[in-house]
Amino acid sequence: MTAGITGYGSYIPRLRLSRQAVAQANAWYAPQFAGRKGTRSMANWDEDSITMAVAAARDCLGAGDERGHIRSVQLVSSTLPFAERLNAGVVCEALTLEEGVEALDMGGSPSAALSAVIGAMDRVNARGGDALVIATDHRKTRAASSQELDYGDGAAALTIGSGNVIAEYLGGATLTVDFVDHFRMAGEEIDYHWEERWVRDEGIGKIGPRAIASALQKAGVEAGSIDHFIFPTTFAKMDAQLAKACGIRAEAIADSLAATVGETGTPHALLMLAAVLERAQPGQHILLAQFGGGAQAIVLRVTPAIQAFRPARGVSGWLARGVEEKNYTKFLSFREQLRLERGMRGEQDRKTALSTAYRHRAAILGLVAGRCEVTGAVHFPPSRISYDQGKPLQDTQKPHKLAERRGQVLSWSAESLSFHRAPPHQYGQVDFEGGGRILMEFTDVAKGDVASGTEVEMSFRIKDIDELRGFTRYFWKATPVASGADTTASKE
Amino acid sequence: MPIGIKDKVAILGMGCSKFGERWDASPEDLMVEAYNEAMADAGISPEQLDAAWFSTHMDDVGTGRGGTPMGIALRLPNIGVTRVENFCAGGSEAIRAAVYAVAAGACDIAIALGVEKLKDTGYGGLPVSAVGTYIPQWYPNAVAPANFAQLASAYQRKHNVDPALLKRAIARVSIKSHANGAKNPKAHFRQAVTEEQVLKAPIIAEPLGLYDCAGVSDGAAAVIVTRPEIARSLGKRDLVTFKALQVAVSNGWEMHSNEWDGSYVHTARIAARKAYAEAGITNPAAEVSMTEVHDCFSITELVTMEDLGLSGEGEAVRDFLDGKFDADGAIPCQIDGGLKCFGHPIGASGIRMLYEMYLQLQGRAGPRQLKDPKIGLTHNLGGQPSQNVCSVSIVGREGV
Repeated sequence: MTAGITGYGSYIPRLRLSRQAVAQANAWYAPQFAGRKGTRSMANWDEDSITMAVAAARDCLGAGDERGHIRSVQLVSSTLPFAERLNAGVVCEALTLEEGVEALDMGGSPSAALSAVIGAMDRVNARGGDALVIATDHRKTRAASSQELDYGDGAAALTIGSGNVIAEYLGGATLTVDFVDHFRMAGEEIDYHWEERWVRDEGIGKIGPRAIASALQKAGVEAGSIDHFIFPTTFAKMDAQLAKACGIRAEAIADSLAATVGETGTPHALLMLAAVLERAQPGQHILLAQFGGGAQAIVLRVTPAIQAFRPARGVSGWLARGVEEKNYTKFLSFREQLRLERGMRGEQDRKTALSTAYRHRAAILGLVAGRCEVTGAVHFPPSRISYDQGKPLQDTQKPHKLAERRGQVLSWSAESLSFHRAPPHQYGQVDFEGGGRILMEFTDVAKGDVASGTEVEMSFRIKDIDELRGFTRYFWKATPVASGADTTASKE
Repeated sequence: MPIGIKDKVAILGMGCSKFGERWDASPEDLMVEAYNEAMADAGISPEQLDAAWFSTHMDDVGTGRGGTPMGIALRLPNIGVTRVENFCAGGSEAIRAAVYAVAAGACDIAIALGVEKLKDTGYGGLPVSAVGTYIPQWYPNAVAPANFAQLASAYQRKHNVDPALLKRAIARVSIKSHANGAKNPKAHFRQAVTEEQVLKAPIIAEPLGLYDCAGVSDGAAAVIVTRPEIARSLGKRDLVTFKALQVAVSNGWEMHSNEWDGSYVHTARIAARKAYAEAGITNPAAEVSMTEVHDCFSITELVTMEDLGLSGEGEAVRDFLDGKFDADGAIPCQIDGGLKCFGHPIGASGIRMLYEMYLQLQGRAGPRQLKDPKIGLTHNLGGQPSQNVCSVSIVGREGV
């Protein structure tokens, strides 16, 4: 068996920033955006490239929490929060993968995601096991820039393996060319872009077709038999021009998700692929191409096994869960581009004791509780002595994963006293299916979304941001399961 | 069952500073204010004090750590001063330590003093404080109003109470305390409030509004205790003695098991049961004349009446609306205004509660004096409903 795609997943944040809201707020300064329609995805304040990567991987891996088959993780992004510290290591802990997993951070160009896919195919062919490729981006843009409207936040994940392949890898090609359409120096936050016409004509228009032709040739597939052509771009009709130049049928051009999500950067080709795979039929050919640092292209063929695979929620599920956000200042504030008054409670030191964090990493990052083997009672955090009234047992707890279990709200409140980036601050006691109780924060909630009895699911999020030392810490939060059906305008 | 401390220790004297936003006073000034009144009431000199227990909660603001702040502020004669900290129940803990020392015969006369200087922190409400290195990594950056507000959501669901009715009942809790506080010259808040004011106040933590939350105050309170025979030898008559002092502390069951339903305070029920047994009380609703309970939030007071057995299960809403705990009701509660209006200088609050019981039992409560009370109960809660320290103390006339 040769390696191919065995699973796919995605993540699109719940908030969708209205482009009209942005255009109207900036109309005095940038009237050229007055006609912009639709929405772009917008990460909550407690989301970053790591949390979105975890969400996409969970969408791909499904509800089971036995993940021993994953032997390697490649985390691909141009916006990883840590420049020094293995970001993929955080993801592995959150997914409770085994310690023996190989984990790697990659990035530097949007095409790195396809490079990671090709690399994962090679790895699986050489060493077996399954590889997990996750691409994710959370890019900062200048206020009143076209990127602010064009970009979106999101993540996508693929598992690569050799059993139950849903899309065979037929071949791929890479061209490495230092064509600088945009750049960002180390330490800088925002990309700098060169003129669009030059990028279209001299860059994408000339380098793209060469990579695509090479990939098709290696795959032994005619351009005309491509059923789904995936090419992420923020340039209007660039995908169609490229398809035409390569001999690919116009009807094969995949939806760029520009109207709802925007262009998510490194993950975007895989995000579009996740959307395509939701409806692809056995025997169809898919071509993914990505421009950046040259160009990448890979060719896939869908197998009958596609019909047996469903992501936990999928692009369609995430799209349905969206809530339009019309507060432009919320967007700026969440990205720390607008400093809002915090009050004295915002001065609290959020220093993280790294030794404590390490000692309890399974509980904090993996949401692993302790289950008493004698009584079955679940304890979070795990403890040496169980609470069982009148008969405290010692050293009887075994690891018990809670992240994929649903819970029910026992009690809650929403307060406006503490400093919180998305007030009101909502938290309460959550009782888990199969036992366990945690007093935890709610996220992705508007006022009125939580009540006693509300069913919730877990989401890996930023817990606190230590601005004094520049450190982000993570934990799990609860979000209502029913929010998936909510498509009404933001109540926040 | 231990034989307990019933009638073994008497109150020799008490003092309490004016509570409130005491911009004029340092923590040392507040201590002196309470100490002077207590010493004058006891009629003793500093050399007669054998030991001291000192309650203060926030050590990073106000007075600082250890026993020295009290020893130095009051120029005590080099007696042992032990700092006691047990969240908002620290004042009751200081009393317990002093009473136990006297009951044991280790001391003839002991003093317990609590103080908190919160208004130099710059915060409205309680300041943010540190809780170790592990808890902040998973636990919400929670504030007290939302921790206690959760009682309301769970209580409402358990007893199927109409949210509007519950909101009205807890409004009555605060209206009653404001009416009482208005008669207390030492209280932080001394104005009556209307139901409309309470119901329309801004929300602090759903469903609690501004008037559902106790004041955060500066203040100090002190009690001097001794054995009854010593009190009599010092010329005291009509003694007020301790009938029971019980403390129950959470062990994680509420917070970490799935059994507690979130609608009551588990430790309060345990402390109350033990206190009634120690005091020999079999029918609390009939035998307890009056209470000072830990009304940090109106909902806390409401569920506490059920926890103390003064309301039946699910009946506190109706009891409050019917005025059972008003000053002229069956079992008056917060006759001095409570935490709500007398104020809540954390380390002093447990002693302030005892102060009102003492004044009432001695017939010295002025315009708010109740008719012939015999038994008073104080309930002092520290922490939050799901994880806390709860003290229930019972005092009364000697021999009752």
